[in-house]
Amino acid sequence: MTAPTPIEIDQPDVRDVVELENPWVTVVWNDPVNLMSYVAYVFRNYFGYSEQKATKLMLAVHNEGKAVVSSGRREQMERHVQAMHEYGLWATLQRADV
Amino acid sequence: MTPFKARRRGGMTATFDPAEAGVIANLAGQVIELLRDRNGAQVTDADPLVSELGLGGPSQPPEDPVLQRLLPDAYRDNPDDSAEFRRFTESALTSAKVANAETVLATLVAGGLDLTDESATQVEIELGPDEVQAWLRSLTDVRLSLAVRLGIETEEDAMLLENSSDQALVAMGELYDWLGYVQETLVQALS
Repeated sequence: MTAPTPIEIDQPDVRDVVELENPWVTVVWNDPVNLMSYVAYVFRNYFGYSEQKATKLMLAVHNEGKAVVSSGRREQMERHVQAMHEYGLWATLQRADV
Repeated sequence: MTPFKARRRGGMTATFDPAEAGVIANLAGQVIELLRDRNGAQVTDADPLVSELGLGGPSQPPEDPVLQRLLPDAYRDNPDDSAEFRRFTESALTSAKVANAETVLATLVAGGLDLTDESATQVEIELGPDEVQAWLRSLTDVRLSLAVRLGIETEEDAMLLENSSDQALVAMGELYDWLGYVQETLVQALS
């Protein structure tokens, strides 16, 4: 018979918690080339956003110069940024709290 | 050009004059060439496993401003993370962009584009759903490339081009506007 070896339970790392609560974000930046209709289309087609949400985000990019279009794990955001670059949109990722 | 029209099952059709089709093919070809030059210039990684896995693409951003726009940094103000991201993703992104431009060329040829025959008739293209996606993305790459060459950095810059005293710039600006129109009809036909 055996019994599980007692293990020390580490205190949860506060930084991990912060990481979950403040995930990474994908930011799309305004550029003078991409059509407004196309940018909204990309947000609908790639992220699956509603017409309303996609249009709102597109207008935020256009009027404010940038918009956070998605948030989540870093790897996910890296995939989104790469996809945006294939669409020709200017996108970057960063920590949500920056 | 007749605007893009939606067909059944997500397909699209459009008609171009031979000269228009030739211009699009030429510009798509230039994008391919530029991306291939960048790809070919990449230094082989010393680590054989890294090379075998197809990892370890270039980590430094391109010097050519057009390539900088087509293959931008993934992190703002973080060159190290950008370099790491680029090393693992740039080859795939480049391949995707080249494949999109090749689809544009292939569909134009299938539609009757013949660069050797000046008396050619209209080029009628038919796109399936995947080809529509390739056209959308490749038209964007072509327009981004032209915009960099034209020095378009703000929305006003694009409008000021028509007042330029340089006739070549004016002509290129008109082409840029026209490509925007072509893309707009494609996006509208999708909606």
